[in-house]
Amino acid sequence: MKLIFEKSSAGRKAVELPKLDVPEKTDLIPTNMLRNELSLPELSEIDVMRHYTESSKKNFGVDNGFYPLGSCTMKYNPKINEDISRLPGFTSIHPLAPESLNQGALQLMYNLEKDLCEITGMSRFTLQPAAGSHGELVGVMIIKKYFELKNENRTKILIPDSAHGTNPASAALCEFETIQIKSNDGGCVDLEDLRKHMDKDVAGLMLTNPNTLGLSDKNILEIAKILHDNGSLFYCDGANANAVVGVVKIADMGFDIVHLNLHKTFSAPHGIGGPGSGPVGVVKHLDDFLPVPLIDKNKDNYCLNYNLKNSIGQVRAFYGNFSVLVKAYTYVKSLGREGLPEVAKNAVLNANYLMSKLKKHFDLPYDTVCKHEFVLSDKGMPNHITTIDIAKRLLDYGYHAPTIYFPLIVHGSIMIEPTETESKQTMDEFADVMVKIRKEASENPELLRNAPSTTPVKRLDTVLAARKPVLKYEE
Amino acid sequence: MDYIPNTEAEKKEMLQEVGVNDTLDLFKDIDEKLILKEPLKISNRLSEIDVRKKIEAIAQKNKLMKNFLGAGCYNHFIPSVVNHIISRSEFYTAYTPYQPEISQGALQSIFEFQTYICKLTGMDVANASMYDGSTALAEAAFMAHSITGKNKIIIPKTIHPEYRKVVETYCSMHNIDCVEINYNNGTVDIENLKNEIDDNTAAVLVQNPNFFGCIEDIDEIEKFAREKKALLVACVVEAVSLGVLEPGNADIVVGDIQSFGIPLSFGGPASGFMAVKKEHMRKMPGRLVGQTADTDGKKGFILTLQTREQHIRREKATSNICTNSALMALAATVYLSMLGKQLKNLANLNLQKSHYAYEKIKHLDGFEPAFSSLFFNEFVIKCNDSEKSISKMQENNIVPGLDLGKYYPELKNHLLICVTEMHSKGDIDTLVELMKE
Amino acid sequence: MNIMEENEMENPKDMKYTKEHEWIKVENDIGTVGITDFAQDALTDVVFVELPKIGKKVERFKTAATIESVKSVSDIFAPVSGEIAEVNQQLAEHPEFVNKEPYDNGWIFKIKITDKNELDNLMSSEEYEKIAKGE
Repeated sequence: MKLIFEKSSAGRKAVELPKLDVPEKTDLIPTNMLRNELSLPELSEIDVMRHYTESSKKNFGVDNGFYPLGSCTMKYNPKINEDISRLPGFTSIHPLAPESLNQGALQLMYNLEKDLCEITGMSRFTLQPAAGSHGELVGVMIIKKYFELKNENRTKILIPDSAHGTNPASAALCEFETIQIKSNDGGCVDLEDLRKHMDKDVAGLMLTNPNTLGLSDKNILEIAKILHDNGSLFYCDGANANAVVGVVKIADMGFDIVHLNLHKTFSAPHGIGGPGSGPVGVVKHLDDFLPVPLIDKNKDNYCLNYNLKNSIGQVRAFYGNFSVLVKAYTYVKSLGREGLPEVAKNAVLNANYLMSKLKKHFDLPYDTVCKHEFVLSDKGMPNHITTIDIAKRLLDYGYHAPTIYFPLIVHGSIMIEPTETESKQTMDEFADVMVKIRKEASENPELLRNAPSTTPVKRLDTVLAARKPVLKYEE
Repeated sequence: MDYIPNTEAEKKEMLQEVGVNDTLDLFKDIDEKLILKEPLKISNRLSEIDVRKKIEAIAQKNKLMKNFLGAGCYNHFIPSVVNHIISRSEFYTAYTPYQPEISQGALQSIFEFQTYICKLTGMDVANASMYDGSTALAEAAFMAHSITGKNKIIIPKTIHPEYRKVVETYCSMHNIDCVEINYNNGTVDIENLKNEIDDNTAAVLVQNPNFFGCIEDIDEIEKFAREKKALLVACVVEAVSLGVLEPGNADIVVGDIQSFGIPLSFGGPASGFMAVKKEHMRKMPGRLVGQTADTDGKKGFILTLQTREQHIRREKATSNICTNSALMALAATVYLSMLGKQLKNLANLNLQKSHYAYEKIKHLDGFEPAFSSLFFNEFVIKCNDSEKSISKMQENNIVPGLDLGKYYPELKNHLLICVTEMHSKGDIDTLVELMKE
Repeated sequence: MNIMEENEMENPKDMKYTKEHEWIKVENDIGTVGITDFAQDALTDVVFVELPKIGKKVERFKTAATIESVKSVSDIFAPVSGEIAEVNQQLAEHPEFVNKEPYDNGWIFKIKITDKNELDNLMSSEEYEKIAKGE
């Protein structure tokens, strides 16, 4: 398929600009400062529309089919969220207009914050971070400032070996040394290894619970106690909140700081890689470390509060990914107190159901009740078939593959998260296909090795792309 | 409405397969005292009709006015096509394209976006987007520190105050010194720059057009940076300016493309961009889409050079970014495809209208220009009582600009006024009339 | 110089080895360093080698360079202390030399050795073979 630039034709116009209605002046910018050339394409509207329509047909979203991407919570994105986020009252407001003109926006953010606090048990939330990893960075910044103010030089952050790469990356961005904590045979935090590493240098532990294997840590309260007894802080990577929302409050597990992913748990769409939103919640004594501004209410008036005594500062311009917040808020209002616990309960039921069906045919490293996701491995696959072959063959059957090769502690891991918005029927069909693929691996492995064969392109040369990077179109 | 398809009967069958009686049995691995016994104290479930009513009422509390506000968030024309494309659910309900064979649509579009950014900035490589312009600028500061090994960043007060706060917050966590320099007649004070730049300077950051709308002499600033072997980081907050201006010979160009097809949205989401010279490619954060071939030799696109990123480098990564603002980058790509060469005409409309407004306002009693420097589509006007002006205008459903006292105590009673192609001559004349009163 | 067999390459006997899979071949006081056949096989296709600057002082068993495949980044440790005398610029255009000729054109950098006694701490090809087979 041609690139948009290759469809350009001199003289074509897609847009009719209004005529200049004020007297034209020349030399408002001297010629030596002006741009020399603008090598943008010339197209008509139908060219653009057809090009991107064709492009969209070569893409796969949740609306196209089952998307069991572990750790990403690819649940259905309700369309009412889209409609409401596009109301002119929400899209046409300027962040720097007088607050009296933006009371609706401030009210929505205030209400959403209150709901997130109630759901997680935290005292306050910042809605500023633009994504989960942005939220993680905020969490680590808070930890750093907290100890700076206490005059304690704590240089280490502990992170389990099953953690997502963003955890150590966020810690390193704040100049913490990251210490890896081993997982035990059950796939959870090895308490002995944790105790061994505890000392006055430890600022905190970053934990995903349930973890990246989909397992809930039975020792969570003990872990919290070990940290708090040491004066350390306990950070929750809330990427897996879909397993507990409405059933357990994250603060009750002993966490001091948490980030949520509104584009995972709270149904805002992923949008080919963003925009997302990663609000960060804290317990009361950390309230005034949050980034400014927070949204406060004074009688009936909502306002921006920049007066937080120990605030880490600001982590982006303005207040947050507002239209993503609108979508999450719409979702919370739609589900309400009755609907939210059903999310976690059904997410967990769906995952256990699918796990039960698949464990008869694939290696299941941790054969125990899971939460919202579970991990298989390619151990025991015949004919040197590996995880990637299974994943690519699934594409031929019209599915998006699960998350593969993560977490790193399972060889050839296949992480499956169905989410609560999938029906038994969809999962049964998926399980049947997985079994079929398993059979193909034994009887006709070439089908897997050559997969995918029915997609717009076949397997792509990743080595060529890295050795000789071509990162833009050149005429 | 909870979007859960399974009926009670189906759930019973599933529970049977799993081997438990009740779904809550699957939560037995969690300490019993942690399981909530009471419902959450949030509102009740609502039908779609009621949700819509409830939230529409909240939206109505936002008052839509004719505003002359810019300051990092710009009201521009958005061709209808943009929203139709980004509303296609094959795009917006998709994840990051980790399975490239079924994501060629997303990957190719991002490749086109990267190309557009390189064309507009004159750089060699652009990434797939950042959260927004302010965080892109902060990441550029980190990059400069990583490339040069030096600890000082020069950050003029002519850069958007919120962008500066973000850079300072990020740098404070990483032992990087941010040194602010002053402005003179609305642009970077060159004397101040000369005095502050030294051999420990990793980079000089400069926004163009700057926060006051003024056009900087980038070539002059570059001279000082080169002398001290510091990098030059150019920041473009009003992307439409790229229709007539170039970012100069910078090493890193960052900014925001909110002006390219993204509505105001109360300040977010926007979309940051970052583009660099070839030699800095491997230190750049964010995702990169590269061209390659499949097993049949057919052209295709894929995420590449992933060894820069957090999921591989982990604690050695230079950034932790994963999710960025890809859908907004797609909006910008569609926008630029629609505008094409006419971006220049659009920029000219902005330039002409803002100067028309400026000429009319500067002759009014009680109003005078703060600076005499060249400007694009924003300018600063000193007035007697900006608070009074603003509240008076509000009665006429107009917001005349931003009172700079919010960010610069020395610029109280100064209004930052922005005029774009969305303002007609009539709108501008009305503003001027009201100012006269 | 080395005969490439179908699957395995013999570890040259005139080199010394580290347990992190680097080899060093010494001529006078210059040691040429690369990674072993075992290492390149484990890495899979090399896409990029980040070479050290000439003149850089390196410490024994500390990181001197990094090597990247599509999915991983690995540190290359200096087998002995010294100063970087030369780097293999060919690897910029041909990172695949590390895979195809790990003991020949796939060499990575040359160290001007400060203390030749440090070589005694390294393994012979037989000793290294045992380690490689064990993993």
